[in-house]
Amino acid sequence: MTPNLPLLEAHDLAKHYRAPGAGFRARGVVRALDGVSFSLCAGRTLAVVGESGCGKSTLARQVTMVETPTAGKLCIDGRDVGADAAYRAQLRPQIQMVFQNPFASLNPRRTAGQLLEEPLAIQRRGNRTERRDAAFAMLARVGLRPEHYGRYPHMFSGGQRQRIAIARALMLRPRLVVADEPVSALDVSIQAQVLNLLMDLQQAFGVAYLFIAHNLSVVRHIADDVLVMYRGRIVEQGTKHDLFAHPQHPYTQALFASTPRLHADRVLHQVRAAAPSSFAPRSSPL
Amino acid sequence: MALVEIRDLHVDFGAPSRPLPAVDGVDLDIEAGEIVGIVGESGSGKSMTALALMGLVDAPGRVRAAHLAFAGRDLRSLAPRARARLAGGEMAMIFQDPQASLDPCYTVGYQLDEAIRLHGIAAERVNRATRRERAVALLAEVEIADPAARLHAYPHQLSGGMAQRVMIAGAIAGRPTLLIADEPTTALDVTVQAQVLALLARLRREHAMAILLITHDLPVVAQTADRVLVMYAGQVMETGRVPAIFESPRHPYTRALLDAIPEHNVDRARLRTIPGVVPGIADRPAGCLLGPRCAFFVERCATQRPALRDVDPARSVRCHFPLT
Repeated sequence: MTPNLPLLEAHDLAKHYRAPGAGFRARGVVRALDGVSFSLCAGRTLAVVGESGCGKSTLARQVTMVETPTAGKLCIDGRDVGADAAYRAQLRPQIQMVFQNPFASLNPRRTAGQLLEEPLAIQRRGNRTERRDAAFAMLARVGLRPEHYGRYPHMFSGGQRQRIAIARALMLRPRLVVADEPVSALDVSIQAQVLNLLMDLQQAFGVAYLFIAHNLSVVRHIADDVLVMYRGRIVEQGTKHDLFAHPQHPYTQALFASTPRLHADRVLHQVRAAAPSSFAPRSSPL
Repeated sequence: MALVEIRDLHVDFGAPSRPLPAVDGVDLDIEAGEIVGIVGESGSGKSMTALALMGLVDAPGRVRAAHLAFAGRDLRSLAPRARARLAGGEMAMIFQDPQASLDPCYTVGYQLDEAIRLHGIAAERVNRATRRERAVALLAEVEIADPAARLHAYPHQLSGGMAQRVMIAGAIAGRPTLLIADEPTTALDVTVQAQVLALLARLRREHAMAILLITHDLPVVAQTADRVLVMYAGQVMETGRVPAIFESPRHPYTRALLDAIPEHNVDRARLRTIPGVVPGIADRPAGCLLGPRCAFFVERCATQRPALRDVDPARSVRCHFPLT
């Protein structure tokens, strides 16, 4: 890994979905992601903020190579991933994902230990004893106890489940973890524990995070750089410091204004009625 | 006389010989037109308190209270039918996940029509046309654009914010004097959350409707409520007025909750946390419930459970050693 070369680069990334006509809605194209460019260096955290439908989860699906972008280029270590299937296969274990809802993202019929060993088994790493040892070591790393190894997901609290999900994502020692709203389903106190854990693990393993969130105060804590997305486009990007000190774009300012605060005036500023549908003016008939 | 008067409310599960308390001696008054917030982590009993007030705790849960009154009527002695008519009418409730609370098989118009048939006033219930007129008026009241067209929409065609507005429209169909909102904005984006909170505040102002706002999001309560109960493991830990309770918390738990908010950790490398989790219903500690997780734990806390005491006229705290 060359220093200064970004781990992940996106150039004009776009993803359009064809939408079938329904009712009085014409067939059209949803531009879920429309010309997004950014870069992320190893061991850093890039936060993506925006409301439902702004394309942040679509972005996650492109970066994890679950979907192929309609246009644009995604480079990892400076090399285009779109061109070479063998390269993509080689990259997949290095990019892992953590989801919002740990109640839905863990297989209820696997024990915590099996969940952690599964990625290693799929990648044929180590033998059974080595995988078992690795699972125990990772349980300890994420703040769980050895007796949790044999327990099933339903026996854990939400915060503990999210720890298991994070542990599983890190089993293959990925270089990039895409975390899609990893703490928004958790209580404040547990949210703080999980955010601290994510920061500790970043220091220990040097992993980079693409951290998707809608909560600005969480982002402020964990991110190095921030992207604000609206309707498939980036409306503002910058270092955390600049963005929080001087939000430039009206949408970013609106996001700040509508975030409830503990000690503020008691009037929440509102953005207009609702985010327009991604169909609306820019759609073109097929 | 307050609109809602609750004294020593208990909701127990498990065998009667060894009850497991989900709600453990809660006192709560709500004045007409007041917004009272209940905050706490998952498992603290805040939703169970609201369900007990609504009369929606099903077996095997058991509700008992020294006093449970709504608008001067004793809910414990009310006939089941009268109690059921109260719920959804004068005392309405909205839930966290509006998409799941609406029936996916029926249109918005049908579901509002049903609410109006059950809880509307006589003039609205006359026939389909009068009910439709009222349904349109309700949708307009909750600021849904083009309300007449939305009557034909099915829940899956609504965004989360719109679905929550429809839920609110259905809840206010019976002109409630109390609206219980259980995590009404937790599933929504911040921008939409701001709109829904503003809507609730406006309804309270225009209809003098009291609101019991249940949430784990402290800033939401700080921004909306007049008074707050902080609950933990089935008990009220601290009550007081907003913003005083957030500016000078007297209970270690309230303080710890506030400290865990990222907003209060801006220049720190790590967030302050509360170690551990809320104890389960079957393994509550003997002394102070917070004991094992409290930063100020001393021996007395392990043996003696503190009572809720008034520390000043507007503030009660359940702690042997209230913070100053």
